[in-house]
Amino acid sequence: MIVDSAPAFDVRDYLRMEMMPHFLCPGCGHGIALRALLWAIHELGIDKDKLAVVSGIGCAGRLSAYIDANTFHVTHGRPLAYATGLALARPDLHVVVITGDGDCLAIGGNHLIHACRRNLKLTCLMLNNEVYGMTGGQVSPTTSETRLTTTTPLGNAEPNFDACALAAAAGASFVGREVTHHVPKLKELIRAGLEHPGFAFVEVLTDCTEIFGRKNELGSSAEMVLRQKSDLRPSAYRDTVDTPFRSNELPTGILTKTERPEYGAAYRKAAAAQRASTAAKVSTDANKGKA
Amino acid sequence: MNAIDQALAPKSALRLISGNHACALGAVAAGCRFFAGYPITPSSEVAERLSRLLPQVDGVFVQMEDEIASIAAMIGASMGGVKALTATSGPGFSLKQENLGYAAGAEIPCVIVNVMRGGPSTGMPTRPAQGDIMQSRWGSHGDYPILVLAPASVREIYDETLRAFDLAETLRTPVVLLYDQVIAQLTETVDLRDTDGDAHAERKWASGPREAYQPYAANEDGIPAMSRPGAGYRVHTTGLNHAETGFPTQNPEAVERNLGRLLTKFDRHRDVIDSWQTLACDDADVLIVAIGISARAATRAIEICRARGVRVGMFRPITLWPFPEHALREVAAKARAVLVPEMNAGQLSLEVERILGGKRVDAIHRFNGEPITPAEIAVRAEALAKAVIAKGKTK
Repeated sequence: MIVDSAPAFDVRDYLRMEMMPHFLCPGCGHGIALRALLWAIHELGIDKDKLAVVSGIGCAGRLSAYIDANTFHVTHGRPLAYATGLALARPDLHVVVITGDGDCLAIGGNHLIHACRRNLKLTCLMLNNEVYGMTGGQVSPTTSETRLTTTTPLGNAEPNFDACALAAAAGASFVGREVTHHVPKLKELIRAGLEHPGFAFVEVLTDCTEIFGRKNELGSSAEMVLRQKSDLRPSAYRDTVDTPFRSNELPTGILTKTERPEYGAAYRKAAAAQRASTAAKVSTDANKGKA
Repeated sequence: MNAIDQALAPKSALRLISGNHACALGAVAAGCRFFAGYPITPSSEVAERLSRLLPQVDGVFVQMEDEIASIAAMIGASMGGVKALTATSGPGFSLKQENLGYAAGAEIPCVIVNVMRGGPSTGMPTRPAQGDIMQSRWGSHGDYPILVLAPASVREIYDETLRAFDLAETLRTPVVLLYDQVIAQLTETVDLRDTDGDAHAERKWASGPREAYQPYAANEDGIPAMSRPGAGYRVHTTGLNHAETGFPTQNPEAVERNLGRLLTKFDRHRDVIDSWQTLACDDADVLIVAIGISARAATRAIEICRARGVRVGMFRPITLWPFPEHALREVAAKARAVLVPEMNAGQLSLEVERILGGKRVDAIHRFNGEPITPAEIAVRAEALAKAVIAKGKTK
């Protein structure tokens, strides 16, 4: 039995219930990921007024509208760039980015690698369903090889990104992956990401049953979720990333966690030091003037 | 007094500075505390100056990974309630257009400097042009309102930067500060002792209970009050067409009402938006309409013409968009013809022709990177004056 002094988690406390019913397809995994995020936020006691959620375009991008927080639904591929400005200008806010595999790795790929490198305090939740769902099921940078999509009628011939390997190679100080099958583990991973004092990249493998699953005859949503359990082999992360492409071995959990200076704090510290030095110089100059 | 301290106290002295430097000083004086940019000639000095100035005033400077990220970060900072700026030039301005439309649609105050250089594409990075006059108005997709200010001197860049922030904040809109490479990198002595650098407008912030607040309420003046994250309103901001609630809608009535309000929101504020300057217009046979360095050359051309007894004057829009068309119509009423010297293949002249339908509008179009000289304008103005006066006599 779990004994917790915190009030019980009720997802409705964190949702804009007036926005229901939501627009996600039956069987979509995005709602599970959203619930896990809100659960982690609840456990950490993050004030909704101080929570800012920035999302891009696509199915994942639409989730921000359902969250009872300061929410920003921005342009395709750019949520990390908007969030960078917001977090730098408002270090008192807790900034979370919700993005999809196309939003984050294709049109927004440049922003991802530089956010990883910069290490500003942000939590980036990338919901990977291997497809552009909103636009009708086109191939994405994470679509598995041979899969059928509306733009790969012959089967996908391009290798797909391992988003976590990419983020780690770009210098992300926190990288993790989880699946929607393991909700408590997913919540724990997101919680660790939210607590991380720097840029945290969390990839969530989530199923698009209606468009991707149907086209590839992957069965019902329940069957797809169960396949997550049977197909994935959680393992220790490889120390050396020899390729950013995805292999059959898909490690889950916290894959990278390092301590690096957080960019916003480092900038403010350097600025404060410069201001102090300027003030001292002005004071010296003024004294010289008197003499 | 050291350089940084002096920079922060512009009232203290005469300054010999470039246009881009004046822009940076004006931004700090206006209360700008966030800059995101990407290096591009000939606007980089704005970024370089602000990278030194902003830390001194507890602001933030960040060089982003590309032009799109720069405008996105700037809008993000402004959504957080901080006055924000970005600066770029032609190719970068093209890349920023989608997010400029986002700021216009979601009504996020911000200021975008576009220093015009030769185009199209990479064009002539170090040479001046005035080829972004139409792009600054129409560059993003769909219908949207935008303000564009076109200063013509170093001092005016300082003043118009202040005004750009005031207009952006009070009217909840992106404002483009549009000037050419010559004005940007021209170094002039400016006296900043008489500026009102401390007087800058603040955004209209939401107040009252959360239940009664609508982030896109029309209000009496057509400008919705904005909520600051953390103030308890927890609103949704989106680039989708939205209702007064801020949430997306495809309801035709709601879209028409809200987009309609957006598209006409400047109408009631033209008294503070419109700005222009006239020179020797009262008896002018030929009226020159010009901006930026072309207006500077025209000023000298008018002296040359007047010394030769040719009556030439000038109308110079300082607010370029929305174009101060009522003022132009009034000023141009008595002129027999109009001459538009501009460093492009014909942009400002199109708008002038539209406004003054029926009046003869000649133009000098230059797109080879060389500014139009006073002598060229004077020769054309004199020839035009003689032609229209002769035509008047034959009637």
